Amino acid sequence: MSDKIYRVNMKDLSYKIEEVPEEWMGLGGRGLTSTIVAAEVDPECHPLGPNNKMVFAPGLLSGTIAANSGRNSLGAKSPLTGGIKESNVGGTSAGIFAKLGVKALIIEDIPEDDSTFYHLHVTKEHVTIEACPELVGKENFEVLDAMLERYDKKVAVMTIGTPGEQRMLISNISVKDPKGKLRSHGRGGMGAVMGSKKIKVITVDAEKYKETHLADPEKFKAANKIFTKALQDNPISGEGLPAFGTNVLVNIINEAGGLPSLNFRSGNSENAEEICGEHMAENIKERGGSTTHGCHAGCVIQCSQTYNDEEGNYLASGFEYEMIWAFGANFGINDLDLIAKIDNLMDDIGVDAIETGVTFGVAAEGGLLEFGDGETVYKILSEDVPNGTPVGRIIGSGAGNVGKLYGLVRVPVVKNQSIPAYEPRAIKGQGITYATTPMGADHTAGYAVATNILNSGGYIDPLKKEGQVALSRNLQIASAAIDSTGMCIFVAFPALDDPACLPALIDMINARFGINLTADDVTSLGARILKTEHEFNLKAGLTAADDRIPEFMKYEALPPHNAIWDFTNEEIDAFWDF
Amino acid sequence: MIEITVKLFAQYRADHFKLEKRVYPKGTAVEGVIIETGIPIERFPIGVIMVNGRHFQESHILEDGDILSLFPKVGGG
Ligand code: SF4
Repeated sequence: MSDKIYRVNMKDLSYKIEEVPEEWMGLGGRGLTSTIVAAEVDPECHPLGPNNKMVFAPGLLSGTIAANSGRNSLGAKSPLTGGIKESNVGGTSAGIFAKLGVKALIIEDIPEDDSTFYHLHVTKEHVTIEACPELVGKENFEVLDAMLERYDKKVAVMTIGTPGEQRMLISNISVKDPKGKLRSHGRGGMGAVMGSKKIKVITVDAEKYKETHLADPEKFKAANKIFTKALQDNPISGEGLPAFGTNVLVNIINEAGGLPSLNFRSGNSENAEEICGEHMAENIKERGGSTTHGCHAGCVIQCSQTYNDEEGNYLASGFEYEMIWAFGANFGINDLDLIAKIDNLMDDIGVDAIETGVTFGVAAEGGLLEFGDGETVYKILSEDVPNGTPVGRIIGSGAGNVGKLYGLVRVPVVKNQSIPAYEPRAIKGQGITYATTPMGADHTAGYAVATNILNSGGYIDPLKKEGQVALSRNLQIASAAIDSTGMCIFVAFPALDDPACLPALIDMINARFGINLTADDVTSLGARILKTEHEFNLKAGLTAADDRIPEFMKYEALPPHNAIWDFTNEEIDAFWDF
Repeated sequence: MIEITVKLFAQYRADHFKLEKRVYPKGTAVEGVIIETGIPIERFPIGVIMVNGRHFQESHILEDGDILSLFPKVGGG
């Protein structure tokens, strides 16, 4: 049975189940969400107005047994960047959408009666849309509990907390993972878009799905075996990530002088040893947590973990490098347990780790609070933000806006989105990705850190300009394609270094759909996605002047290497010559 | 003799040290330090070598006062 497009209209609370148009057939994940957003959303629309749409789409391989294939993409126009956004997430939603035959879920318009919020429940045959006043003002874990009480425990749940209800730009959309914890469509203020459509929670029925259909099951199985082996044999995905999680990066990025610290004043942090992955792994061992945990079923890498306090009580899971960097190095909290407590609170209210952490760094620069004052952070996030006090609204508006409010120059954003955990001045290939990706500063769009710092896919000196634009371009094209398959980004490590990995991935796509894609087809798919996104942004009013790293990085030398951002505009703009 | 600050990371720390100042003959290359410390490079091959925060190869000759950081293959994102 063929997949369908599920289209919900929030204005009249109706839905349609449509055939998949021919030109969308071979697409999934980011390729599909960006194509639909570009085709159906007016680039000049207000992102929180009736003409924006939310598009959810599982990856091409989601719902199959393929290892690490459970990422779900969400596309829309971003209220944070004013451009197109694709944000993908682990958790259980992609697999369940795919098994149900939902190629994409498109949500349009805004209810006429905006006095309450709605709950959407998607089943194979129907979408029910009902008011849920009892959930309004509740945070994510409470919503999750209410859904688990009502449905089968495998039900997929996508929810927003109070920051999303209030359409704050730091808000995200949280998605249930296999252990009943949360992952998130983190970046770009997607929670605000869901809030603007007055949707509190979306659930997807996990009782009546069918297994996904495979055109050639034997070929699929054989390819998956090779692919899984490539993931397991690679030292990063097979050993490093399971043992230390992504937080193993704190030390290596710090040693390289590229760990943004105290609002991007230095590339080294005094707190590195306190907050690093090695220390975290020791704590987990002593306190009886777990270093390995997958964010979706079928993950064979398991970079996620459960982190407990000294008494052995649960503090956080999915405790990632980005979060620990943002609050530990960039905001200056030197206490891993307090960062974990903040992490769990942020999961509950549903705000993006990077945007929120960088916002606190800028707010500290402006004098709203002191660097390192984690107790005040906790108070603001648990009281001011949920209650929408003026301070809560200030923090909720993101780093770029806080910088404007406080009259600051050192504001680390590109396209108004916060720069993540790798300094563009000291890791220049990553800087090119931040500048040029249509997503606003985003590390996953083209992870040049791999080749600049980690010796994956070769080596290009992070402090020199040579080769960085081409590196970022190749990685961005490859990432756009991988984001369409439903694969998690860490597949990139074996893909960069193991020649068996990518062909096996392509074989799985071919065996799933009975088609004959080549490596060149996949590359041109990635290139097409990037161009589609870039065109949307140009029509939305963004220009080459938005493909820029903040000006202060051109004249403030970053210790310890005293690096500055020294690309000319022409050099950056050459990125788009393909 | 030269004094080198040796820093070990990730799996290399188990049964070894985090940071030590160690003394070597003049002209010692990174490789010499790797062997002398006895870190388990067979089980966890060298991923990244940094001297004073810059990437180098095993053949790089160290100088007095250098900070040498040794990593197995690590990654994240
Ligand atoms: S490697 Fe990490 S991010 Fe990727 S699927 Fe597994 S747990 Fe999720």
